[in-house]
Amino acid sequence: MQLYQISDLLLDIAFILYVLSSIVFIVAMTGKNWAGRDPKQHEMRFGRIAYWMAVIGFIAQTGYVVTRWVAGGHSPTSNMFEFMAFFDYCIILAYLIIYRIYKMTVIGAFVLPLGVIMLAYSYVFPKEITPLIPSLQSYWLHIHVTTAALGEGILAVGFAAGLMYLILTIPQKVATKSTRWLEIVLAVVLMLVGFILMESTFARMDQKTVFEFTEQVAAPNGQAAPTKVEYTMPAIVAPANSKIIQAGPMSPWFTAPEWMEGKDAARKLNTMIWSVLSGIVLYGGLRLIFRKRLAAAIQPSLEGMDPELVDEISYRAISIGYPVFTLGALIFAMIWAHEAWGRFWGWDPKEVWALIVWLFYSAYLHLRLSRGWIGAKSAWMSVIGFVIILITLVVVNLVIAGLHSYAGV
Amino acid sequence: MDQRKCECGHTNPVGTLLCESCGKPLEVDLTDQSAFPDMRYEGMARRSQTYTTKIVDRVWNTFSSVKVAIWIIVVILVASGLGTIFPQQQYIPVPVPTELDVEQFYTNTYGILGTIYYKLGFHNMYSSWWFVTLLVMLGTSLIICSLDRVIPLYKALNKPRLNQHKSFLKGQKLYAETKQPEDRSAEEILSQTAEVLKKKGYYLFQTDRALLAEKGRFSRWGPYINHIGLILFLIGVLMRSLPGFHLDEYVWVREGETVPIPETPYYVKNLNFKIEYYSEDEMVEKLDLKGGAIAKNYQTDAIMYLNRNADTPGAKPDLVEVLSGPIIVNHPMKYEDVYLYQSGYQEMRLGALNFTLIDLKNGSKELAPFKLDLYNPDQEIKVTDGLKIRVLDYFPDFVMGKDGKPATQTNLPKNPMFALEVLNDKEAINEKLVYLQGSILTQKDNPRYGLKINMPDLVNISGLNVRTDKALPLIFFGSFVFMIGVSMGFFWQHRRIWVQLQEGNVLIAGHTNKNWFGLRKEVQGMAEQTNLSVTLEDKTKA
Repeated sequence: MQLYQISDLLLDIAFILYVLSSIVFIVAMTGKNWAGRDPKQHEMRFGRIAYWMAVIGFIAQTGYVVTRWVAGGHSPTSNMFEFMAFFDYCIILAYLIIYRIYKMTVIGAFVLPLGVIMLAYSYVFPKEITPLIPSLQSYWLHIHVTTAALGEGILAVGFAAGLMYLILTIPQKVATKSTRWLEIVLAVVLMLVGFILMESTFARMDQKTVFEFTEQVAAPNGQAAPTKVEYTMPAIVAPANSKIIQAGPMSPWFTAPEWMEGKDAARKLNTMIWSVLSGIVLYGGLRLIFRKRLAAAIQPSLEGMDPELVDEISYRAISIGYPVFTLGALIFAMIWAHEAWGRFWGWDPKEVWALIVWLFYSAYLHLRLSRGWIGAKSAWMSVIGFVIILITLVVVNLVIAGLHSYAGV
Repeated sequence: MDQRKCECGHTNPVGTLLCESCGKPLEVDLTDQSAFPDMRYEGMARRSQTYTTKIVDRVWNTFSSVKVAIWIIVVILVASGLGTIFPQQQYIPVPVPTELDVEQFYTNTYGILGTIYYKLGFHNMYSSWWFVTLLVMLGTSLIICSLDRVIPLYKALNKPRLNQHKSFLKGQKLYAETKQPEDRSAEEILSQTAEVLKKKGYYLFQTDRALLAEKGRFSRWGPYINHIGLILFLIGVLMRSLPGFHLDEYVWVREGETVPIPETPYYVKNLNFKIEYYSEDEMVEKLDLKGGAIAKNYQTDAIMYLNRNADTPGAKPDLVEVLSGPIIVNHPMKYEDVYLYQSGYQEMRLGALNFTLIDLKNGSKELAPFKLDLYNPDQEIKVTDGLKIRVLDYFPDFVMGKDGKPATQTNLPKNPMFALEVLNDKEAINEKLVYLQGSILTQKDNPRYGLKINMPDLVNISGLNVRTDKALPLIFFGSFVFMIGVSMGFFWQHRRIWVQLQEGNVLIAGHTNKNWFGLRKEVQGMAEQTNLSVTLEDKTKA
């Protein structure tokens, strides 16, 4: 067995453990109201089992990081798969750090599922170890990307606690603007889940649709070459001016607008439509099962928790994550940019979005420290902040082309 | 104005909220706990809260407001985001030589939205006057906000507030009161608590009936230090627009060529350019590269020269070598302030055309080879004794112009066209030839001389980016200061615990700027270890 295969195996083990840990955490929370149980004891017992599962999963993932680093000769942060897996690793690490401070296990009931989603998301991308292209051959790859991911991981824990605060405190008796927005947030999370389900299901079914079209942008030799694009998901939307050369399970309903640039624009749009649809189906299904708002269904499991402590944890995570993020995603980034491109800052979309994340959390901290935005307001901001982080990590790489397009998708 | 004088006898400056000496709230109804001033700036008088009449005061007050600062941050945030919807002009993937091309790029690629984007100037957003103005406003806000707060805060924290008024203690978020245990004297209680807190790393300030334990005061300066870092950073950024501080040029250098580096006294010579690719056994896993290859290295071996005659206009360059070595991606060549970056290449471009002159009348006898340099062709080439080739016309990138006359599109030899003349002095022959796109056209039907086309010389051209950034040390120093500031502010907290004995009661109050959870644990631990039965009140302020 090759070293990289061991590394893949370790990651699979970590993934399974995170899934089990999430399930046990949810049992710890929901099961405390089961008949014939002492709620406190139940939560403690199952919470501890789940916590240790997460710890063992984390150790397995550490093994993955180390073996892949050794096998590939560079830190596993050089493409979208490696980065998302590493980001997930940082989320779990941040959870363990926050746990050491506050000893509050149930935060895990929100962080671990988030970790599962992120790791599952990384599996969507090509997993091969590729050698480093010249622009990535720098020790700053290790320093900049790992520190940035760690900062984002800690901020993600701030989001998980913030979301928990909102579910815990927003009154669910009547429908308000807050309950509606909270449902939207949960639905968006389910869309991400839907995307992962769709992507992995259709990849296994192997029912590709292949389109051929002539790319708008002129090739270097001045001739427009016909391009092929493969959809793994059934085609709802076809690329503009294209023809099908291998039909899939269904014929497309409409074509993408012509201004959508790039070879894969239409495919990404198609994927997004599937994600949104499947997320809505998942959400609708859960609503039908529970017959109430999802947040209202979760709320009773959180009963008895101290909202002020949850608020404090969210804030603490953000106040630890913010300096780490600044160092990794901005300062180290600027030093590397200076060494690689000769300018420390170039308003590349990825740079701009890292700045947006930083400005947003700066605003969060000023509002909290100077304007007394604690509790719900602060929790909403931690949620929005995480959305901006996801835009920076995912949307900017996959949708807006720029210098950081190492996605490989 | 008598309000300035506190009942303890201390005279406070106008605008003070908590007496500088005893901490008693001024101008506040003592029975109303919710009216207790915020502890953020220790209840000191701040300029912005005190003077409001003159224009200077109003400007000062606007920029000293955190609310205004947040609005500036939010506006910059939104504007930055808008600038990434479509690419900035510098990132347009196709060449746009004129302003019209730029406009057409946005219109043709993105439709009506692209046109609006262009018309609003969003394609050059980050260097626009209004975006720079926003950054300057942010800098101003940083300076004024900090000054408005740091000076009173320094005054307040410089001397520890030990003997605080009971109303000050009661006003704290963490407060407890209990009967003095009868088995212990005031001194004993204070010394016991002092011992516990000392072990926790607190500095102690003591009188016979009062104790103040304090730690992490320096963390209160964190925000101001990180703001200083940001101000230095912004100054560095603005300095780059001063002449001489910032240089950004691009040079293309052929292998073997030496070119001046614009705006500097230096020259650079390209000895060799190479690209290396990963071989299959260098890859960990078998990859499906679809016939492509993964680049491993782009490298220019270069020599940098200093022109000693750079200051004398019109003088011939006098070059001395100052540095030589490879220029690799991520490893620029650096000499003094000038950095050379490997940032582009053109591989296997035509460098020179090779021909052999043939005597057609003599059984197509090959006479001699000759070379036409495409970048700097000689006007006249001596082929053999008495035989010369003269270059009559040269178009590096030939097109037939609209007026029917030959022209060149660019000065790069992409499609070279030569008009040549073969001169034989001895026999007074003079024939004209044209070379175009791999074929020879002759003037006469039955010429004496012809050309055999040989393999051309191919060269690699290396694209080097030239940069100077004299503000960089300041920018990185500012970042470093910022990191120190945020670390101080976020990884440590300023905690204070007051213990006082008044009228047979033990009063305990605590204050921290962050992490109440940690402070509460510490105060509880202290009460348990010293056997004081207290219930901590925890007032949450709305």
